[in-house]
Amino acid sequence: MGLTGISLVLFLIVHAGINACVFADLADPGENGEMFNKAAHFMGSTVLIRITEIGLFAGIILHIVQGLLLTAENKKRRNVGYAVPYTAGSKWYSRSMGLLGTLILLFLVLHLYHFWASARFTGRGLEPVTYNGVEMHNMFGLMKATFSEWWVVIVYALGCLSLYYHLAHGFQSAFKTLGVHNKRYNAMLSSLGYGFSAVITIVFILMPLSFVLGWVG
Amino acid sequence: MEHYNMNLTVKVWRQKNSRAQGNFENYSVKNISSEMSFLEMIDVLNEELIVEGKEPIAFDHDCREGICGQCSMYINGKPHGPWQANTTCQLHMRAFKDGDTIVVEPWRSAAFPVIKDLMVDRSAFDRIVQAGGFISVNTGNAVDGNSLPINKDAADASFAAAMCIGCGACVAACKNSSAMLFLSAKVAHLALLPQGEPERKSRVMNMVAQMDKEGFGACTNTGACEATCPKEISISNIARLNHEYLRASLTAEK
Amino acid sequence: MLDAKIPSGPLDIKWTEYKGHCKLVNPANKRKLEVIVVGTGLAGASAAATLGELGYKVKAFCFQDSPRRAHSIAAQGGINAAKNYQNDGDSVFRLFYDTIKGGDYRAREANVHRLSEVSGNIIDQCVAQGVPFAREYGGLLSNRSFGGTQVQRTFYAAGQTGQQLLIGAYQALERQVALGNVKMYSRHEMLEVVKIDGKARGIIARDLVNGKLERHFGHAVLLCTGGYGNVFYLSTNAMGSNVTAAWKAHKNGAAFANPCFTQIHPTCIPVSGDHQSKLTLMSESLRNDGRIWVPKKKGETRKATDIPEEERDYYLERRYPAFGNLVPRDVASRAAKERCDEGYGVGTSKQAVYLDFADAIVRYGKIEAGKEGKPDMSMEEIIVLGKEVVKEKYGNLFDMYEKITGENPYEVPMRIYPAVHYTMGGLWVDYELQTSVPGLYALGEANFSDHGANRLGASALMQGLADGYFVIPYTLGNNLAEEIYSKAIETSHPAFEAAEKEVASRIEKLMGVRGKQSVESFHKRLGKIMWEKCGMARNKEGLQQAIREIQELKKEFWNDVRIPGSIDEMNPELDKANRVADFLELGELMCQDAYNRNESCGGHFREDFQTPDGEALRDDSNYMYVAAWEYKGEHEWTLHKEPLVYDVVKPTQRSYK
Repeated sequence: MGLTGISLVLFLIVHAGINACVFADLADPGENGEMFNKAAHFMGSTVLIRITEIGLFAGIILHIVQGLLLTAENKKRRNVGYAVPYTAGSKWYSRSMGLLGTLILLFLVLHLYHFWASARFTGRGLEPVTYNGVEMHNMFGLMKATFSEWWVVIVYALGCLSLYYHLAHGFQSAFKTLGVHNKRYNAMLSSLGYGFSAVITIVFILMPLSFVLGWVG
Repeated sequence: MEHYNMNLTVKVWRQKNSRAQGNFENYSVKNISSEMSFLEMIDVLNEELIVEGKEPIAFDHDCREGICGQCSMYINGKPHGPWQANTTCQLHMRAFKDGDTIVVEPWRSAAFPVIKDLMVDRSAFDRIVQAGGFISVNTGNAVDGNSLPINKDAADASFAAAMCIGCGACVAACKNSSAMLFLSAKVAHLALLPQGEPERKSRVMNMVAQMDKEGFGACTNTGACEATCPKEISISNIARLNHEYLRASLTAEK
Repeated sequence: MLDAKIPSGPLDIKWTEYKGHCKLVNPANKRKLEVIVVGTGLAGASAAATLGELGYKVKAFCFQDSPRRAHSIAAQGGINAAKNYQNDGDSVFRLFYDTIKGGDYRAREANVHRLSEVSGNIIDQCVAQGVPFAREYGGLLSNRSFGGTQVQRTFYAAGQTGQQLLIGAYQALERQVALGNVKMYSRHEMLEVVKIDGKARGIIARDLVNGKLERHFGHAVLLCTGGYGNVFYLSTNAMGSNVTAAWKAHKNGAAFANPCFTQIHPTCIPVSGDHQSKLTLMSESLRNDGRIWVPKKKGETRKATDIPEEERDYYLERRYPAFGNLVPRDVASRAAKERCDEGYGVGTSKQAVYLDFADAIVRYGKIEAGKEGKPDMSMEEIIVLGKEVVKEKYGNLFDMYEKITGENPYEVPMRIYPAVHYTMGGLWVDYELQTSVPGLYALGEANFSDHGANRLGASALMQGLADGYFVIPYTLGNNLAEEIYSKAIETSHPAFEAAEKEVASRIEKLMGVRGKQSVESFHKRLGKIMWEKCGMARNKEGLQQAIREIQELKKEFWNDVRIPGSIDEMNPELDKANRVADFLELGELMCQDAYNRNESCGGHFREDFQTPDGEALRDDSNYMYVAAWEYKGEHEWTLHKEPLVYDVVKPTQRSYK
């Protein structure tokens, strides 16, 4: 669980970094997503990254399967529940990793439909755009179109919020599972975990919000 | 401290034996002094039940000074009741006020079957210790106690883990019924001392295997165990256990 | 009748000589010999583990849900050993001498010397097992002084020494269980000794979960079942601590020695009301810094902090200027009782005295201020610093006190009162720890042998482990060497059948009373009689009266006790009734013994035998013996006297003035 979790954390960093390219538009309004489209094109057309993508999907699936098995196994360990549950000793999101994971998964299905499926297979809503003679998908345009509707933005925000809480527990928990028991490192990892979760979440939420509010595009 | 008396409703889990269906019963107790311990309040209730010709509530308890680890009540949604770093026997009625309803349940875990009412079978803990929670040294084999100097910090940390009283509150508190805090306290106690070194790998492997066999759940680091532990055993012991386990698995030769 | 079998020769080589000449059992034969160990405290767990290591087939029994719960776990202070790591003049002889003197010259020299000899091995063994004793910065073991001795010989693990030692022994025991050398029976209570041809050959035990009686054979039976302080109802013992196993042995022919020798510990949290179920000890170490006092005015109603210095009576410092607050346990306890009886007691019950840390806080605060180079610090600041120091030394005890009483002992003085803590008396045993029934042994607090009339602090843990780890493996072998031809006896033997029948009919009789009063109410009444008439101070008339009252109470018990539930299920009330029935008989014997001993010594104080200034008056010419009582029938005992011979130590009067 911890190992796959950490690999997904690494993916999130790359994902957030590339998406942040849309904000190049803020500095230069005439840029119109050029930087982002180029980055997306690079990601989509590099063989090594396409291979890594398979690994990523394997990681996601493994993480989901592990999570489902773990939750199911652990549920069985208490066949009679308490009349008054014990809630004060732990954070609600630490206890709700299964639920948060499921919400993220639902969000992920929508998210993949919106962007990944379009780019790879269906081409739904994609216009071609050419930079320096290279033709590529206008992913920026797709984002703009997708995030023009408020309900999508809200669903994305909720998905990202689930991700925040999932990470707030998962980040530091992963390191404990991997055996980091040094008090100093644990304190550092704990702060880093909250900071990372917050930054990732803010970056992701800002994108749909920026489009729908017209800050970019 | 001002003393006061109170009338209470106590809602207790009653179960005749391990096979029977259990259910909650409500009892009202009157004139309970704030100076009583929680178990003394149960004593008073039991005496009344006996006089009325009913069966008293069965519960585990022995030393009543917070060290034997036998008392085990889940009170108002927390193992050992509302106070921090405390056992059921050391909980006093000052923690409650007149008119309160107190819900008392047994430890709930598939690995701790109910024997009767609030008593559960914790022999799984003994079997985990049998799997490796010791140092294999026969009586008479020892060298002089001072022939092996031990770093004071390590000795203190080992002691802090060894303070575990084996009550099972960690399992009762954990949403997964995991016994990792108990197990990790024992592994840390012995791994921190040079005497524990020779069996370091086999100990952790065997104890974890036994824990899984007993039907405890897996740890998801929620921290509920640490929050309820009457001896404040640190959850960092679990990370240490994971470290020991990974180290042993990765370097195993067979 | 009683032969203590003390080896001949000079005191300091008796044990070495014994070990050099005792009979051995070869490993192949050990596998055929079965040993039953009842009780899994320090003595029982260490004995079961060690005998298992040696290769005997061991069965161990405890009434708790796990062997780790035994009440040895509650010992706070420490364990003595004559290691002389501090280079302060300690030696085997000095530990021996202190123990004999502390016991007010009522213990056997040979046993105590052996105890002192093996004390060092105990520490080594425990360290090897991974017991995390307190250490110095250099990594070596730390020691503190305890119980008013002049050397630092006490090893400790914060305030949880008993816990750490027991867990060490428990782990050794569980290791043998895993290896198949020991079979463990938890939640089992021994209810009868089975004797065949005059030898102990097994036990009848009751499975407390389903109520079934079980027969277990053993070539030898070891009772490691602790003390009987709960005869007083209120004591620092665990709720389940009981005399039943020892009492069954007694009724089957094992002599009971010095039953009246009980230790009343001076610093316990006082009783707060009729609901009280047990008493909690505050470690003796508190008397190093706390000052004990009561108001000078009878029936004082002001708060402790409002009573000015000149209206306080620091009675220990007044009566015993040389030792002050550090007088031995028995003396401190009696002095507190005397003040309360005179009407100077404090608290709601008026049965308490103050243990005050205000002076210590200021003293430590000033030292800290000096260290910080600020001699002109205000009193408030000094007190803050002083509290920090006191917290570091006694924090866990202060926290426990606050949990129980709701009062903050940093702000107001603690209220304390003496409480029953330990019983020096127990089953009579010879040098080999064998009772007067062949094949039946008693170890630890269950026997009488090492503490005389008063036990020194930090000596109980030492004795339990000495008996289990280092004495019984030799002495049991010496006797079992003769048993290698005895095959295991089938439990269908008529003796087992008869014993089981006896137990079953007693249980049925108890359940059949169907009276009106609860077991607990009888226990409380017995405790009150014992505490008032056979407690800290005893006298002839009181003891006679107590014997009559206990006999009456016993009759009432068997006619009017109410035990709900049934026999064939988990029934804690029935378990308790079995134990209280035995306490009712033991209580009578204790009074008998106290009545017989026309002297005051150690924990036994007879008001009719005291010096003009109220100190204990020992009578060495008439009572320098072990009073071993043989059971003859209901209310009937024969006294056997084992004379105590002091070859090395010369008894003197103890004085602390």
